[in-house]
Amino acid sequence: MPALYATTREVGVITLIDLSGRISLGEGSALLRKTIRELLESGHNKILLNLGDVNYIDSSGIGELVSGFTAVRSRGGELKLLHLTKKVHDLLQITKLFTVFDVYTDESTAVGSFQ
Amino acid sequence: MAPETKHLEVILDTHVESVNLAEEMCLRVAEAAGFAEDECYRIGMSVREGVINAFHYGNQERPDKKIHLAIELTGEKMVIHVMDEGKGFRLKDVPDPLAEENLLSTSGRGIFLMRAFMDEFDVVPGQTGGAEIIMSKKLPLSGSASSNGNHKPSNSDATPHQEA
Repeated sequence: MPALYATTREVGVITLIDLSGRISLGEGSALLRKTIRELLESGHNKILLNLGDVNYIDSSGIGELVSGFTAVRSRGGELKLLHLTKKVHDLLQITKLFTVFDVYTDESTAVGSFQ
Repeated sequence: MAPETKHLEVILDTHVESVNLAEEMCLRVAEAAGFAEDECYRIGMSVREGVINAFHYGNQERPDKKIHLAIELTGEKMVIHVMDEGKGFRLKDVPDPLAEENLLSTSGRGIFLMRAFMDEFDVVPGQTGGAEIIMSKKLPLSGSASSNGNHKPSNSDATPHQEA
């Protein structure tokens, strides 16, 4: 069974990636990296990650989120987070990344926040 | 009479799958020892990070090197040892991932998470010449190992101290 599932959908000019499972060392982190890189290659640089069904992230997964964030930003885009589970919220808080990412609890508000 | 210490030791290949295997093994021991769900999560994550550290930084992902995992259950705590066959490192040389200049680093948070999630944490020179991570979590008090995690508070809710 794959560690992580990712499906993408377009909401206006935003690409929303619905993630489900674990973002951890191995295929979970690799799939997130591949999904973001492919979107960037195809010219999509406004990305919203829906983490509502992500119940586990390790340090490798955190690193992949940061890597995605900086890759998107270097292309002049924005990467934001939606629907954090408590575990993921707590992890981002203790690693101080909560201050780095724009985090939303409502999809329409998150979509509307992109410039 | 003091309770008998239980000891489990395995040697793992330097492979990504060893990370999952080590986590699952320790989770089963932690559950059997009576830790609540939240504490099991923290123990599992810490073991995972310890083995990732051995796999990536210690053994440099070289398949000819091994990762040594040992779990001890004393009457008071669960102690976990993770030893690699690398060159070793000193905790004081590990960059602080909370420092402004490191916040956007894509790596370097494993040690921080282990310190945050376990009661005791240290790195010493291992018998193999590499690093040995030693970390422990105090066992839940008898009769308080409910799933609400409402037993002795650990330091895992606090922001951990990171050495410079």
